[in-house]
Amino acid sequence: MAFYIASIIAILATIMVITRYNMIHALLYLVVSFLAVAVIFFMLGAPFVAALEVIIYAGAIVVLIIFVIMMLNLKEESVEQERKWFSRNIWIGPGILSVVLLGELVYILVTSERVLLNNTVVDSKAVGLSLYGPYIIGVELCGLLLMAGIVGAYHLGRQRRKVVHRFLEKTEE
Amino acid sequence: MINLLWLIPTLPFLSALILIFVGSRLSWRIAALIGAGSIGLAAVLTILVGYDFLSSGKEAYLHVAWNWFQAGDLSTTFAFYLDSLSMVFIFVITFVGFLIHIYSIEFMQEDEGFSRFFAYLNLFVCSMLILVLADNLVLLYLGWEGVGLCSYLLIGFWYSEEKNGYAARKAFIITRVGDTAMAIGLFMLFTVFHTLNIQDILSQAPLVWTTGASMAVVIAFLLLGGAVGKSAQLPLQTWLPDAMAGPSPVSALIHAATMVTAGVYLITRMHIVYELAPLAQLWVGIIGAITLLVAGFSALTQFDLKRVLAYSTISQIGYMFLAMGVGAWSAAVFHFMIHAFFKALLFLAAGAVIMALHHEHDMFRMGGLKTKLPVIYWTFLIGAASLAALPFVTAGFYSKDQILWLAWAGEKGNLWFFLAALTGAVVTAIYTFRMVFITFFGEAKTKVSHIPGMRITIPLIILATLSLAGGFIELPHTLGHFTLFSDYLSPLLPSVALKDGIESTEWTIQLVTAVLALGGVYFAYILYVKQPKISDEIKSSTFELHQFWFRGWDFDALYNLLFVRPFVYLSRVNKNDVIDQFYMGLVQITEYFNSTFVKTQSGILRWYVMGIVVGAILIMTISLFVQP
Amino acid sequence: MNVLPVEMGLLLAGVLFTLGLISVLIRRNIIFMLISVEIMLNAAGLAFIVAGSRWAQADGQVMFIFILTMAAAEVSVGLALILQIYHHLKTLDSDAADKMNG
Repeated sequence: MAFYIASIIAILATIMVITRYNMIHALLYLVVSFLAVAVIFFMLGAPFVAALEVIIYAGAIVVLIIFVIMMLNLKEESVEQERKWFSRNIWIGPGILSVVLLGELVYILVTSERVLLNNTVVDSKAVGLSLYGPYIIGVELCGLLLMAGIVGAYHLGRQRRKVVHRFLEKTEE
Repeated sequence: MINLLWLIPTLPFLSALILIFVGSRLSWRIAALIGAGSIGLAAVLTILVGYDFLSSGKEAYLHVAWNWFQAGDLSTTFAFYLDSLSMVFIFVITFVGFLIHIYSIEFMQEDEGFSRFFAYLNLFVCSMLILVLADNLVLLYLGWEGVGLCSYLLIGFWYSEEKNGYAARKAFIITRVGDTAMAIGLFMLFTVFHTLNIQDILSQAPLVWTTGASMAVVIAFLLLGGAVGKSAQLPLQTWLPDAMAGPSPVSALIHAATMVTAGVYLITRMHIVYELAPLAQLWVGIIGAITLLVAGFSALTQFDLKRVLAYSTISQIGYMFLAMGVGAWSAAVFHFMIHAFFKALLFLAAGAVIMALHHEHDMFRMGGLKTKLPVIYWTFLIGAASLAALPFVTAGFYSKDQILWLAWAGEKGNLWFFLAALTGAVVTAIYTFRMVFITFFGEAKTKVSHIPGMRITIPLIILATLSLAGGFIELPHTLGHFTLFSDYLSPLLPSVALKDGIESTEWTIQLVTAVLALGGVYFAYILYVKQPKISDEIKSSTFELHQFWFRGWDFDALYNLLFVRPFVYLSRVNKNDVIDQFYMGLVQITEYFNSTFVKTQSGILRWYVMGIVVGAILIMTISLFVQP
Repeated sequence: MNVLPVEMGLLLAGVLFTLGLISVLIRRNIIFMLISVEIMLNAAGLAFIVAGSRWAQADGQVMFIFILTMAAAEVSVGLALILQIYHHLKTLDSDAADKMNG
């Protein structure tokens, strides 16, 4: 029962995300969606991942996006832009494609055998053992990935001042 | 000594290589030393090898140098086969070649392509030697092509003038036609005998074919086609007069003494095939007879000194073909040897005259050289006398007389051949002495600017001596019957059986030919020395005929109409190259598709995502609903 | 204890994924596209957790952790790139970055 409520909230919040004009509004709804999904995780017997979802996804990633939006210093015209770009017509093509894709997914689900979930809880200790046991390589690779992400983000995000030779400075005016 | 046979073609080849690679950096003296020296060494080696060969009394000597290639049944080797026939040929090639090389040292002295000239000339001698020494037909074909190539290179030696290039091309293309026929003949020979080794073919041919077998006839005709091309006989004779664009030593060596006789060599070497194909042999004779008449009459009308000699060469080779046609193989070879001597002499002397008069080719603008250039005059006169077959003293008399006699009396001879040969002899005498009288007698119309030196005159003298004395190795029955030459060749080439009871007429025939030859000389004397006005009158009254003969019986115009014009027309029609359109069409289709597909790469991110989604849907649909 | 079928969980994941997909296809603003990609990644992670819970193993959660890590790295680099694009093109329109066409 709680599952269905949480899932409805998640779906509604996601629909709100994709139809907002204002970026910050969309992000707030996104946080709600993530929280709902975290509740679902908890219900599925994965408390560790639920916490992780809240902390990292809702807490770090969304906040990062908010920071960047604030850094870009967009004014009202961005909202106007969104309004302009959105129209009824553009929903048609993607809508059809996505519905088809969803239909196929549903078909697959329906035609496969029905299995019931059991209610075992896989707690963090089991996850930790699994991570540092068989999946140790994945952990290392994630470390590398994060390293690459840090370096890349630092380098790409730098604002370099253009260095102009002093003889050419005058002609620039 | 005889095992040095392989050196004889190799020395010229090596010197050609040296001259090709470093020749331009050598001084002309060294280049001349290498170029002429290699042929000189080859000539000395020929004499040594020949002495060894003759004294050993063997019939043939084979030296296999190395295996060339093996393809299925065909196993080809670089093998040199020396017997009496090839002995004669290599003697002529190296000896006359050496004299011509000495001559060229002085003749080409001023030319900046000096070492290139000697390189080509040596390469030519090497190819010709390979041709005559070849043990199998593939190697012979190698030599055949090699001489064709060198002929092209040497005719067009002064390539900066366009017409020389055209003449070289014409020669190469026309001989190519003959070469193709010969190649087809070789292919057919291979299908019959499964080998191209000459001796094997010659020994197996009588076993495989009866006389008159159709395969033999076809092959013989095809080989005849090749010979006709190389030896400038009808219908492929049009290239030789134009080949006079090359330097005179080239004309002497290639187009008088050696390359044009390659056809004679081929037919004589394969004589067993021709004996088995009487129809082809008959046609060899017919072609020879017609050619000698056509060329003889054309020579009567020419005014360029070298063109007279070119037509004369065509005519004399016609005599050799005629001899082969009646089965007189050794007579043909004998005439080849003597012809090499006097024709080379005539060409070299003509070259000296032209050089002395500062490149004046027109006979009618020469004259009075009898006193100005005495040595050249006397040697030229001897050569001309040999050509006209003046009786008893000249070698030409003995060789030509033998052909005439065998055309009349031989088993396969007939009246028409004899009459053609006889008429040809008269015409030869007339045009030869016409040439002598116009060039050397009368008043001098062009001054002598340069007297030729020793290196030019000594080869002339040597060749003149040979033109006189060379005939004495083969005297006919009536004059002592000294048959050294034909005895030498007789193990190899069958002698001619005579018609019954015809020996008695030999005296008559000889008398008739001698008288007619002398009469021709006298006729020319009257026309051109005593009363030149008569010749002018004759010329103007028969002007049409005169011009027709001058243009070489209009063969050039005929070939132009039959072959050149349609080809040019077709190539003009095909200017846009129909076949190319197909490939252009392919390109255009590809470009069309490209421009269509390029529009999907618009740079807009959302379209790419849409593409991914569409792909995902497709894959899922196919994997779900299309049962494999 | 409610026993719910696995299909529901997977269906939820599918619906969320589809919603994210529609959003990616519709939006022109780059940041919205990034947000939509996050939605899709989250949905995929949900599917993994459901699968892990079905088999009562930790593998699904481990996979989700990997996905999470990857999403974090991707967002940080992507935002840095967005900053550069805005700096050069002065707009957040994704259609403006179409120089690699033709």
